[in-house]
Amino acid sequence: MIAGIYTLVILGGISYTMERTLNDYHLTVVEFLGIYVILAVSLALTNSFTGLFSLGHPAFMAIGAYISAILTFPPIRKAIMMPALPHFLANMQLPFCLAVIIGGVIAALSAFIIGFPVLRLRGHYLAVATIGFMIIVQVLITNMNSLTRGPLGINGIYPYTDIWWVYIWVVVTVYTVWRVLNSRFGRAMLAIREDEIAAESLGISLTYFKLFPLVLGAFFAGVAGGLWAHLVTAITPSSFSLPLAFLLVVMLVIGGKSITGAIIGALLIGIVSELLRPLEMATQMYGLTQIVTAIGLLAILIKKPGGIAGSKEINLVSLYKSLKVLR
Amino acid sequence: MSFLSIGYILQQVANGFILGSIYSLVAIGFSMIFSIIGLINFSHGDILMLGAFSALAFITALHGPIWVVFGMVGVVGFLIGIAIERVAFRPIRSAPQVTGFITSLAISSLIENFGILVLTAQPRSFNIPDYLNGLLNVGAVSFRVIDAIIVALSTTIVISLYMYTKYTRMGMAMRATAQNIDASRLMGINVNRVIMIAFAIGSSLAAIAGLMWGAKFGQISPLMGFLPGLKAFVAAVIGGIRDIRGAVLGGYVLGFSEVLFVGLLPPDMSGYRDAFVFTLLIVILLIKPEGMLGREEEVIK
Repeated sequence: MIAGIYTLVILGGISYTMERTLNDYHLTVVEFLGIYVILAVSLALTNSFTGLFSLGHPAFMAIGAYISAILTFPPIRKAIMMPALPHFLANMQLPFCLAVIIGGVIAALSAFIIGFPVLRLRGHYLAVATIGFMIIVQVLITNMNSLTRGPLGINGIYPYTDIWWVYIWVVVTVYTVWRVLNSRFGRAMLAIREDEIAAESLGISLTYFKLFPLVLGAFFAGVAGGLWAHLVTAITPSSFSLPLAFLLVVMLVIGGKSITGAIIGALLIGIVSELLRPLEMATQMYGLTQIVTAIGLLAILIKKPGGIAGSKEINLVSLYKSLKVLR
Repeated sequence: MSFLSIGYILQQVANGFILGSIYSLVAIGFSMIFSIIGLINFSHGDILMLGAFSALAFITALHGPIWVVFGMVGVVGFLIGIAIERVAFRPIRSAPQVTGFITSLAISSLIENFGILVLTAQPRSFNIPDYLNGLLNVGAVSFRVIDAIIVALSTTIVISLYMYTKYTRMGMAMRATAQNIDASRLMGINVNRVIMIAFAIGSSLAAIAGLMWGAKFGQISPLMGFLPGLKAFVAAVIGGIRDIRGAVLGGYVLGFSEVLFVGLLPPDMSGYRDAFVFTLLIVILLIKPEGMLGREEEVIK
């Protein structure tokens, strides 16, 4: 408990200092890193802890991003840009926080609907089915011109996302996932990962405990999508496609099968791609970032398949004790 | 042309046949690799892309007969298949299935982005010699010479490959390895070689399909392989991924249903074609995961 409060305060302090000292560009980078952390940690629920290899995260992000963007958009501009919106949506403008949560809830709902049939599939069949789901969502968004402006995407979204919203959602995500992992839910998920048949014979409902991490993960993916939309201020259907899913998977593989691992992976990949981007621009070598991440991934898979952190977690209490902050 | 006339429908059937021939070739590769080492090779579509670009290079550089180009592209695909297997998939062979899938994602990203780096993401037009563009008319149906070549070549390849797996020593070794890899090893089959050949043949077919794809649609780009690759996987699943015949059947079923979906439904629905294909995948995986020709298989526990 005290360790938790310390961490909150320290992270808050860091955020405050960054808000005061960093320029806009660096602050945006930090906010992106935070969003990556939310995405990686929430994807870890299915991919690392339950052993369900899902690539559908960008689809949930897209749902969250579009819903929240439509909800925060000023009604005057909606009338011009999205004429086919139902009346109640067209005249509605919600506060950012609420819009993001609704985006997350609807993403979670879609995960619930798609999860029921798809989660019966095993291994990489599930992976391909989730890619299929991602493409379905993308095609729908691209073709529903009058709701989503199709391939043009929505631009001019108000940049509500600041470091404090990111801070709050990172904390909420990590805390929730941590609590889930250390509850009977988490133990059931881990049991399913290790051996489905054994888990089922111990009375663990496979349907329920596979659906739960997918739905919860989708909620946070939707939230992250909302934050993302209000950070980059322009979204198109192609923003949420396979390269992004691949990037998230790389984070988890490189980091390892733990919350700590997911965070390390997210920060590492995020920082590397931010560092490489200017180089890519300067040398006109587009695609360099993806090549470097892919080679990094292959190296990790061959040399250190457990990832950097393995399945180890940082224990905050013992960390503070060793630093003599706590007794 | 009147909608739903016999001629129109026959034309659509012909189109479905052409598209199906291409999907079949790509799907065979998925099927061979999957049935032997249980890997969904996500980079398969990108080999199609490499095949298309090398075909374009050969056509522009050589001005030779199209048969030679087909042959050379096949050889290129063969070598790429061997290289990918050696560098990426052999080191992780003992790892869990999902690791193989992630590896193939990485290879796919690698190939695509090298493509963007070297060739830029800009699509290029794929020009084939004029005599291949000439129109043939059979009754109410018309198609280009190249379309006829695509169908004929694809059918020939499929039949000879089937003969190959059925009657040659290597083919028998492949089927044995697909049934039980450990027992095959004990029987003195060089499993590593079998896997390598499976990758090589599969990739070679994908590369040839790349040439066909370019010739049919007239445009190629470094990212072109993603959708055909994924759809060919869908085709393999529809037909039964463990069997070459299933993959071929699935390829044609997918080709036909895609063309009919676009041809028979109102035009504003055609944008939803890909959504339809992947909904079909999810539905098939749920009601008949072993595919049309497949036997019981552990897709769903």
